[in-house]
Amino acid sequence: MQAIEAHTGRMAPLRRNDVDTDQIIPSDFCRRLTKTGFEDGLFAGWRADPDFVLNREPYASATVLVAQRNFGSGSSRETAVWALRDWGFAAVIAESFGDIFQRNAGKNALLAVALGADAVGALLDHATERPDAEITVDLLDRQVRSEVGVWDFAIEDRARWLMLNGLDEIAVTLGRDAAIRAHEAARPPWLPRTAAPTRAVPVP
Amino acid sequence: MSDSGTLVEKIWQQHVVDDGDGQDLLYIDLHLIHEASSSQAFDGLRLAGRQVRRSDLTLAVEDHNVPTDTLAVTDPISREQLGALRASCAREGIELLRHGDARQGIVHVVAPELGLVQPGMTITCGDSHTSTHGAFGALALGVGTTDVEHVLATQTLALPRPRTMAVDFTGVPGAEVTAKDLMLRMLAEVGANGAHGYVIEYRGEAVRRLSMEGRMTMCNLSIEAGARAGMVAPDDTTFAYLEATPRRPTGSHWDDALAYWRTLRSDDDARFDRVLTLDVGAASRYVTWGTNPGQAVSLDGAVPDPSEFADPGQRAAAQRALHYMGLQPGTLMRDVAIDVVFIGSCTNSRIEDLRVAADVLRGRRVADGVEMLVVPGSMEIRAQAEREGLHQVFLEAGASWRFSGCSMCLGMNADRIKGASRCASTSNRNYEGRQGPRARTHLVSPAVAAATAVAGTLAAPGDLN
Ligand code: SF4
Repeated sequence: MQAIEAHTGRMAPLRRNDVDTDQIIPSDFCRRLTKTGFEDGLFAGWRADPDFVLNREPYASATVLVAQRNFGSGSSRETAVWALRDWGFAAVIAESFGDIFQRNAGKNALLAVALGADAVGALLDHATERPDAEITVDLLDRQVRSEVGVWDFAIEDRARWLMLNGLDEIAVTLGRDAAIRAHEAARPPWLPRTAAPTRAVPVP
Repeated sequence: MSDSGTLVEKIWQQHVVDDGDGQDLLYIDLHLIHEASSSQAFDGLRLAGRQVRRSDLTLAVEDHNVPTDTLAVTDPISREQLGALRASCAREGIELLRHGDARQGIVHVVAPELGLVQPGMTITCGDSHTSTHGAFGALALGVGTTDVEHVLATQTLALPRPRTMAVDFTGVPGAEVTAKDLMLRMLAEVGANGAHGYVIEYRGEAVRRLSMEGRMTMCNLSIEAGARAGMVAPDDTTFAYLEATPRRPTGSHWDDALAYWRTLRSDDDARFDRVLTLDVGAASRYVTWGTNPGQAVSLDGAVPDPSEFADPGQRAAAQRALHYMGLQPGTLMRDVAIDVVFIGSCTNSRIEDLRVAADVLRGRRVADGVEMLVVPGSMEIRAQAEREGLHQVFLEAGASWRFSGCSMCLGMNADRIKGASRCASTSNRNYEGRQGPRARTHLVSPAVAAATAVAGTLAAPGDLN
């Protein structure tokens, strides 16, 4: 993962609650085998409306998305994070996030930062009145800074550490192999195992 | 942590490999994978020169992209996805249930049916409805593709300790009120974000009386309240279900396992971070009217007026939802005409669901102009239904009887809703575009789905003459 300390950019205001990941990227766009190239699916349903915020400059080229409550709820599809990132977003600010989305964001260097309703409201108004206004999301200081306010945010220490250092989490975990082995040796014998596979069969 | 604990805390403690930096590294007892969220994970492993650590704790199933009307896969993208999964499983030595296999089906239906889901286990899957497996008193978490890769490589996940929430259902509703109705009732109460970040334990007599199928429906829908997971403590219903599964522990292992499983319950004085008490003694059948599962109302009720919502965000959401759904405030739910009925998905496609639907349809016909799809949750359920003659009931009523897969739940495969047609669906998400780009979805129980197919409008079985 790419290391990230802070991001500064313009905002796109999305004044909605409960933006589920099926809206962020409809499942039809989630069938590719790649990890990139998902920008065409981003909000594909809503972008059919010419007035949708991401169809209008300067919002179309903004890099910080601001939404309300429960952003990224629903499906666990990580393509939602990839689509935002591929479009050009580096950060999402919302009142709250779907758990799995927020976790996925952290694994892809997309800053997903929760602020209080007042702060989010102020930012939405600011982005609407001053489309060219910039905002900084600072992971190192755990702080969002804009002309209309400065707010601290909370983030899990481990997720922050992984992002700040751009670490390969699997490599970190494999460093604890001895502990994993010790646990494996102590697992109860009745726990189920899956069956040995048969040979590969072509798709009919 | 005190001596007395909740069910989830006990399971958590049993699986901590390493505790540090604010999160615990948890061992994962069973990793379920499917074709739609795993290919990039396998690619990542291969690029890094890594292997699957425990293929013997991994089960792969083809479900999201399979056609349900034929065993031949013609769609090129589906072929590519399924082919990639087949190649990865062969390379890594992972058991795979393929389209057409006697044991294939929706991953969250198949794994419990095999007996691979047992009390006290930790389970992950790259799918949000992994919460289903909590019905067995397991801790089951949905994750994204990067986490799938992490579990493949390490058989662990680093996770923050969860906040705990008890949902206590009080009162016992009438027999017609199903687990689906109870959950839509709860979602209407707490909203699509109402259990955000919690692991829920469902309790109360109304839960104890549920079959394992009903408990799976209940836990399945936990994610729709934003919960990390949902659970029901195991009891004799759980053990009896497991005893009939092909891959349960046998011999002395069964006795040892059973003795352990009986200890898996929250202590009487265990403290939950939040307790929600919901009186369901007078609960009725529930259906959704909007575009998230929390926008639900009694079937006896009407489409709400957005101005009734005090919260401005909820009001705006209701307005948007009614516009998308093409509904007017005040319309009785029973007056809403339906074009398509879908019985299927990991929420409601198990044998009990099919029996209920067949009971309603027996000797009746699907209304003119209504298309009805019945998609069993697994090929085993399909076979069982055919042994019981249920497929004849569906076919004679004019419904389409399918092979197993996710089907019309998500608009990824060939089964999807055309245009702005309106669907009564036993699935779990009524989001905009979920079942097709402009599809309008009403979430319902299997009994309501079947009655609706006959009536042509949202209906309960008792409404039919
Ligand atoms: S049936 Fe629907 S909700 Fe369940 S796993 Fe398949 S797509 Fe997901």
